[in-house]
Amino acid sequence: MNALNIQKGASSHSAYDLRDPNAQVEESHTLAVLVENEPGVLARVIGLFSGRGYNIDSLTVAEVDHTGHQSRITMVTSGTPAVIEQIKAQLGRIVPVHDVHDLTVEGPSVERELGLFKVRGQGDKRVEALRIAEIFRANVVDSTLESFVFELVGTPSKLDAFAELMRPLGLADLARTGVAALARGA
Amino acid sequence: MSRIMTGARMVIEALRDQGVDTVFGYPGGAVLPIYDELFQQNDITHVLVRHEQGAVHMAEGYARSTGKPGVVLVTSGPGATNAVTGLTDALMDSIPLVVLSGQVPTFLIGTDGFQEADTVGITRPCTKHNWLVKDTAKLSETIHKAFHVATSGRPGPVLIDIPKDVQFAEDAYQGPKQIDPPRYQPVRKGDVTAITRLVELIEQAERPILYTGGGVINSGPGASQLLRELADATGIPVTSTLMGLGAYPASGRNWIGMLGMHGLYEANLAMHGCDLMVNIGARFDDRITGRIAEFSPGSVKAHIDIDPSSINKVIHVDIPIIGDVGHVLEDLLKIWKSRGRKVNTAALGKWWEQIEGWKSKNCLFYRGSDTIIKPQFALERLEALTKGRDRYVTTEVGQHQMWAAQFLHFDEPNRWMTSGGLGTMGYGLPASIGVQMAHPESLVINVAGDASWLMNMQEMGTAVQFRLPVKQFILNNERLGMVRQWQQLLHGERYSQSWSDSLPDFIKLAEAFGCKGAQVQDPKDLDDAIQQMIDYDGPFILDVLVEKHENCFPMIPSGKPHNEMLLGDAETQGAIQGAGAALV
Repeated sequence: MNALNIQKGASSHSAYDLRDPNAQVEESHTLAVLVENEPGVLARVIGLFSGRGYNIDSLTVAEVDHTGHQSRITMVTSGTPAVIEQIKAQLGRIVPVHDVHDLTVEGPSVERELGLFKVRGQGDKRVEALRIAEIFRANVVDSTLESFVFELVGTPSKLDAFAELMRPLGLADLARTGVAALARGA
Repeated sequence: MSRIMTGARMVIEALRDQGVDTVFGYPGGAVLPIYDELFQQNDITHVLVRHEQGAVHMAEGYARSTGKPGVVLVTSGPGATNAVTGLTDALMDSIPLVVLSGQVPTFLIGTDGFQEADTVGITRPCTKHNWLVKDTAKLSETIHKAFHVATSGRPGPVLIDIPKDVQFAEDAYQGPKQIDPPRYQPVRKGDVTAITRLVELIEQAERPILYTGGGVINSGPGASQLLRELADATGIPVTSTLMGLGAYPASGRNWIGMLGMHGLYEANLAMHGCDLMVNIGARFDDRITGRIAEFSPGSVKAHIDIDPSSINKVIHVDIPIIGDVGHVLEDLLKIWKSRGRKVNTAALGKWWEQIEGWKSKNCLFYRGSDTIIKPQFALERLEALTKGRDRYVTTEVGQHQMWAAQFLHFDEPNRWMTSGGLGTMGYGLPASIGVQMAHPESLVINVAGDASWLMNMQEMGTAVQFRLPVKQFILNNERLGMVRQWQQLLHGERYSQSWSDSLPDFIKLAEAFGCKGAQVQDPKDLDDAIQQMIDYDGPFILDVLVEKHENCFPMIPSGKPHNEMLLGDAETQGAIQGAGAALV
């Protein structure tokens, strides 16, 4: 039978499965989950993750089609390839879930997150914070004599980097929306 | 012309339109309007249970023996929470149920009202889907959708929570044909390329095996027929999970017995040694696989399942086929026939020789006795005296369940009802009542243990009230047998809390319920006692006093692979060690 030389996973529909299914390396994936906008649907998704021990690194949700009653959940999750496949299959089996897209493997995508950063400081530190904010193209949305609130839109890593730079300059508070993502192209 | 009616009337109307003839339930404040409507009609029979858990297990028995969804009606709060065990049981075993629960009126929701519970919140993880209906206009549509969701794709339990004011309010009733087709439409046909690939493998395989499960039975009688055709035409050996017994007949030529933790030696060895494993509607449950890392190491694995999340969940498979078992088997047979009905005959002959060798181990051997009834002997006699009859069997959970699976033989699907996934003690008695409701003329036997049976014994009252002649065959060892067996194997024979003290006198208990009971303890009297139980025209409790310390073999100890089965007591010393000890 081994002469048949079946490649592990080769018969599956997804090119993703050509990777070693037993790999133990954790990967981060961005999933777009289109759901019926009905009561409890978010609780179902979150309950699935807590009940089966999966990770949620980021989650955003909002209605995207009012007449069609559709909401879009964008979530960033991490796990081994086998776990990621399970997560997608388990999400797909929730009755009000219409579609599950793995933006990490389905081709290039754009990911954006919005962050609000409150930075307290005076003198040089305050000037430096403003200068770095300009480099990052962050907007000042609130200002006092001792503080700024910066608004920054970008990839999660850009927001991470900005937060790191602001920390020694007096980063006092931080709010992030979580990732919204769409596939590139038509 | 739309018909205006109350929400309560809509419930009855919708159930009638869905072809429901039986509802299992218990009234209470929040469902009174529906009970009032039930009172005023004659199409639907209501079975008054003694506890809501019993209602759900009855509905499961009804559903599994008929293939139709079971329907349950309970009140809010405790009514709904008592249904939770049954819902979880049905979810694990993929049984279609529609549970209707009453709820406090919408304006009281969230106020901690009397008998208020967050029923949709509590039952969200133990239903396939659930709904809280806040508007009477949406009630009939929701009920029709609920039947669709419960019965399509991988079946499962659904729950509809109906606040009392929604039951009183009036609106237009919509029939099943008036609503939009539900968006939930699982794939039924399998991928033809993958099926063709599987046919190629079947043609060449030297040591193939069909590993079948409850999915074959859930797919309907047609699927069982196709499975028989496939097995008989190709000559491939068939094993089955606990859930799938009867899909392929136990009297069939290719049957090699149940597999798994207490499955047959030949079935487990064949699973371990095969080169092509075709999983048909089973889910690689941990009772089946044993140690994952050493599970059937040399085989190419194909998996036919209607639920995509079953694929690669536990065991990585080479050929996943997502679809309904019946549809996939039909295509598979068509393709196999069109390619010339080829199999590797020479290799198959050798494979069968090897299996016959394993069979000669006679793994179900037990030491007989003239003085005390061995539980295995009791089941052998039950089998001998009921074989060929129009028989349905339910079980509780534990040693007796495994012995029943080993020693009773099923030639048809839908004849064997047991709690597989959840392992719910207390399942069998109510399930037998549900089966008997659906098949009033048939012989329905619940094979039970003393401890399990007590868990829902109040339902004997239901059996008596509805004149349901269910036979309660209690293998009484005054122990929690399986717990005791594990304590012997794993916990140094310290039998913590695993005996049944102060057991009731089952004969007097039967009399108290208004039915009949008998006790038997001499092997010589066993046949007469069983015959008396069968012949009695009414519910009957047979208390069979059996050997107290019998262990259930063969057994794959936890943490071990298929080829390390224990065949008897002599092999059990230190059998479960290390990581295996942490498993259940």
